[in-house]
Amino acid sequence: MGFIGRAFLRLLHALSKAFAVLIALLHTVRPRRRQRIVAEGEPSPRWELAVIALLVGAACFAVMFIVIYAADWRRQTQLLGLAIGGAFALLATALIIASKQLVVSEELEEEYPEVGDPAEQLNVTQIVTETGSRMTRKRFLKGAAGAAGAALGAALIVPAASIGPVLDTESLYYSPWRRGRRLVDEEGRPYRATDISNTTFYTAYPENVDHEVLAAPIVVVRVVPDRLDLPPGRDDWAPEGILAYSKVCTHAGCAVSEYRKPLFPPTSPQPAFVCPCHYSTFDPATGGSVIYGPAGRNLPQLPLMIDDAGDLRAAGDFSGPVGPSFWGVRS
Amino acid sequence: MSGKASEIPRAPGFTCATAVAISVVVSLALLAQPAPGQPPSGIVHPKNQRGMSLHELGEQLFAGNCASCHGSVGQGIENPRPNTGAGNTTGQGPDLRGVGAIAPDFYLRTGRMPLTSPGEKPERHAPFFNDREIRALTAYVASLGKGPPIPRPRPHGQSLSRGLDLFTDHCAGCHQVVGEGGYVTDTNVPVLDHATPREIAEAVRVGPYLMPSFSKRDITDHDLNAIVAYVRHSRHPTDAGGLGIGHIGPVPEGMVAWAVAGFVLVGVCAVLGSRLRKS
Repeated sequence: MGFIGRAFLRLLHALSKAFAVLIALLHTVRPRRRQRIVAEGEPSPRWELAVIALLVGAACFAVMFIVIYAADWRRQTQLLGLAIGGAFALLATALIIASKQLVVSEELEEEYPEVGDPAEQLNVTQIVTETGSRMTRKRFLKGAAGAAGAALGAALIVPAASIGPVLDTESLYYSPWRRGRRLVDEEGRPYRATDISNTTFYTAYPENVDHEVLAAPIVVVRVVPDRLDLPPGRDDWAPEGILAYSKVCTHAGCAVSEYRKPLFPPTSPQPAFVCPCHYSTFDPATGGSVIYGPAGRNLPQLPLMIDDAGDLRAAGDFSGPVGPSFWGVRS
Repeated sequence: MSGKASEIPRAPGFTCATAVAISVVVSLALLAQPAPGQPPSGIVHPKNQRGMSLHELGEQLFAGNCASCHGSVGQGIENPRPNTGAGNTTGQGPDLRGVGAIAPDFYLRTGRMPLTSPGEKPERHAPFFNDREIRALTAYVASLGKGPPIPRPRPHGQSLSRGLDLFTDHCAGCHQVVGEGGYVTDTNVPVLDHATPREIAEAVRVGPYLMPSFSKRDITDHDLNAIVAYVRHSRHPTDAGGLGIGHIGPVPEGMVAWAVAGFVLVGVCAVLGSRLRKS
């Protein structure tokens, strides 16, 4: 007999020993027949079959997910979602049916003991009083604890200041527009007065300023000078009938991105800027006044001028604060 | 303001389909009632068209269907006045001398003209004339004055990303970023699903009704090709990661999430729980 044969015999011996131990263990662990705790229930093979079918279905969906994922079939993420969703849905249905139809259940009610035993309450009061007997400076301790609680509460509330400037509203008035600043387009090319036609509208920004600054974007249009009816003091704000207004709606701060320009004015609504969020409508010819919608104040107007080279420049700052109204800003 | 100024615009996307359906029904109802003195269809088609030259046909169609508002020689009518041409409508309409072929081709091929009354909003409709009639009318209007020809956009092979950039800059404010339309106060903005490349290019140059118009200085022909390419692409976006739900933004998506998922969750709770039986 060689080495291998002996090793095999030894392995067999060890296995038979382990088997014997397992049998013995199982024998001791197996419970004796005892009285039932849970009432016996009728077996229901139909529901069992349903649960088994659902579980198998769930498995199929899960396998489908793996197959779709592996095949990357038409890159359909919807199918992936459908497969894994179906698997979970079937699994959930199986669990619901199992819990309702297969697991034996019973309803039990137990009377609660009466709440509030007077003797017990007296006891508790006494215990609390006695545990505090070592403390001599009770008021001082109470005050310190109160201070800790108050400070913690304040610490939780204070970050709310990040929501917006509460006391310091100075930043809301910030505008990058100054007298002499040129109007440029999205790519930074300066707008010339001759670029502005009277059939459409243009979005402009101040030269060399971040476009994301709230007061930076403006809308520019040209209207027939005869139609202009600007508020007093704005007579020279619209050279050649070219007008500029903040592009930020004074209602909720959306970009005023719609401009209606009638092809035949006599039978059409008048020209107007329209905000697509809540349809606030502003009349460019009358200083950006609100002609419809929830906006509470006019679009701030930017005075313009045309320099010797024909470029459009701001002639000053806006007529009012830009963006949605806030405390203290009503007109 | 037109007579229908009481129509309150609603949130975009929320009832887009409903609004379109309503406007179609309303326009059909309006069209169903021809103006007094006009034939039942409201449109005059000359008899014996085969024997007419294109110019003659155009002239006759213009006199019968357009002159009451645009004037007998297309000179336009600034102030409303009782009509002396076909029908007895009070005419008012723009001067057509010098609009070229581009505007009549757009308005007639999209069924926006003729209107029943001058105050009516021009909306997309099946064309009221056949192809030869449209060509005749377009040629006739173009002959009234020197004006731009019909554009020939070439969207094939254009950059979609450039088109998207231009579309968001110039068009998406009203037409929504995948061309699903929307509203401006007093009218609705058409969906671009049915517009042909030629109609898109024409609309950009003409600026129909309340739309701004864009010169070649504002949007070059090359850029216009990219816009047309993008609009065509936007009809079938890829929708990676889910259903498009009308491509009208977060409102319908939120409604689906809340209405559908919410009801499903409540239903599951009802199935899971059971009522305590009081003895």
